[in-house]
Amino acid sequence: MINLIINGARVSVEEGTTILEAAKFLGFPIPTLCHMDGLSPYGACRLCVVEIGEGEKAKMVSSCTYPVEEGLKVRTASSRVVKARKMVIELLLATCPQSKIIQDLASAHHVFQQRFKQEHDDCILCGLCTRMCEEQMMARAIGFRGRGENRSLGTPFDVKSEKCRLCGGCMYVCPACQLRCTFNQPEKAVCGGCANLAPPCVEQEKFDDMMCYMDPCVACEIKKD
Amino acid sequence: MSAPAVLKILEKNVKEDAGLIAILEDIQANYGYLPKEALEIVAEKTGYPLLDIFGVATFYKSFSLKPRGEHLISVCLGTACHVRSAPVVVEEFERQLGIKVGETTPDNEFSLETAACLGACALGPIVVVDGRYFSNVDTSEVKRIIKKARTGLDKVTVKADQRIFPVEVSCSKCNHSLMDSSHLIDGYPSIKVTMSFSDLHGWLALSSLYGSYNVSSEYEIPGEMIVNIFCPHCHAELLGAADCADCSAPMIPMIVRGGGVVQICSRKGCKGHMLDLNGVNL
Repeated sequence: MINLIINGARVSVEEGTTILEAAKFLGFPIPTLCHMDGLSPYGACRLCVVEIGEGEKAKMVSSCTYPVEEGLKVRTASSRVVKARKMVIELLLATCPQSKIIQDLASAHHVFQQRFKQEHDDCILCGLCTRMCEEQMMARAIGFRGRGENRSLGTPFDVKSEKCRLCGGCMYVCPACQLRCTFNQPEKAVCGGCANLAPPCVEQEKFDDMMCYMDPCVACEIKKD
Repeated sequence: MSAPAVLKILEKNVKEDAGLIAILEDIQANYGYLPKEALEIVAEKTGYPLLDIFGVATFYKSFSLKPRGEHLISVCLGTACHVRSAPVVVEEFERQLGIKVGETTPDNEFSLETAACLGACALGPIVVVDGRYFSNVDTSEVKRIIKKARTGLDKVTVKADQRIFPVEVSCSKCNHSLMDSSHLIDGYPSIKVTMSFSDLHGWLALSSLYGSYNVSSEYEIPGEMIVNIFCPHCHAELLGAADCADCSAPMIPMIVRGGGVVQICSRKGCKGHMLDLNGVNL
């Protein structure tokens, strides 16, 4: 067992536990976005940031990827952590303002304004979908491509992957849009999930009025502008 | 797009226990870009998921998924070049070639790229055409550079060397002369080495005329066979780092008297050879 102190509380947890798991077990809330039970920790969103160490040596780490250490002193809600989290949320809002999950996070953490250039991306590159595809669905149909600002998620060559079984797991876990729909570009469609479900509007030429789970659909709203 | 070439590259890399990037580099060297079909073959044969191969191929800037032109122009846009108005140079290239950065001209002659830093900041703005560096480039020089690339940057020296001339060579390992004046080929002393292929081991005499491919050997070498060449004096294998540009067989390096290196392809019948006189004036 490893002994550590979280927010002043002495605890002992099993070796190999992450700070996030230990804190959750003790009831200290740490917000997460790219973390999901059953998927490997990834540390992409940095929302679960916590402060470890003391004084000048104190540093911020992502709690979902940091394994507990003997004698570790963790603060999950210090002013530095709260400030960093607010900034992360603000940046996520700038990337993907339509996401219900990110909006809820902003509300819960009292982020009331967004000071950056507004993008309308449909992806925050959290990697949940690719981990879902690989680790739970054993498919490896989608993954990261490119790098830097050109980094994107999708299938190789943007064609429907033979490995994809249209399970829809990627859409289910996606925090940015939950049900991202690309079926108005069938050749680029990652999943074709809506075709699989055969919604009534697929027969129509235009998909602008498509009835989907997202009503009103943010993607469609943006396209109208 | 021929599958055998890709399979050959794979076979070679599996033998060398090379990783994915080495395979992709070889494919790119062969085709000039990474064809989709080649990546699919790589995925099938190596067991790497196509997803990962595609991820690697798109991550590194040196890999291209689109066919590249015969000449690659890269303009440095690093900080030092940027403040010396490299962006204007890029615009000028775009205007004169009629393409945007990352594109290739319709006649497949030029590809235009930008680079983050080419490591010669003091000489900026830097433009690299087919590996040849141009320094302190401004817009007025763009036309000249394009013209120079069209006429060929390296061909200038090759043209002067196109006549057939004898070379005297020595072993690249022990520097012992390989010339054999008792055995003449084309009327000149031959280059005597030992060779081995499929359990046969014997002497091989090459013409010392650069541009002549006449050889005689103890055993008849079957067509397209790759032979191992050894120095008859120190018995070290003559093996260089480079591969033949034509058939990707290993090249055999030999030191040229007076400076420089001559490399010949180890494949029977292949005419790939290269003379590098290391800046010695001809």
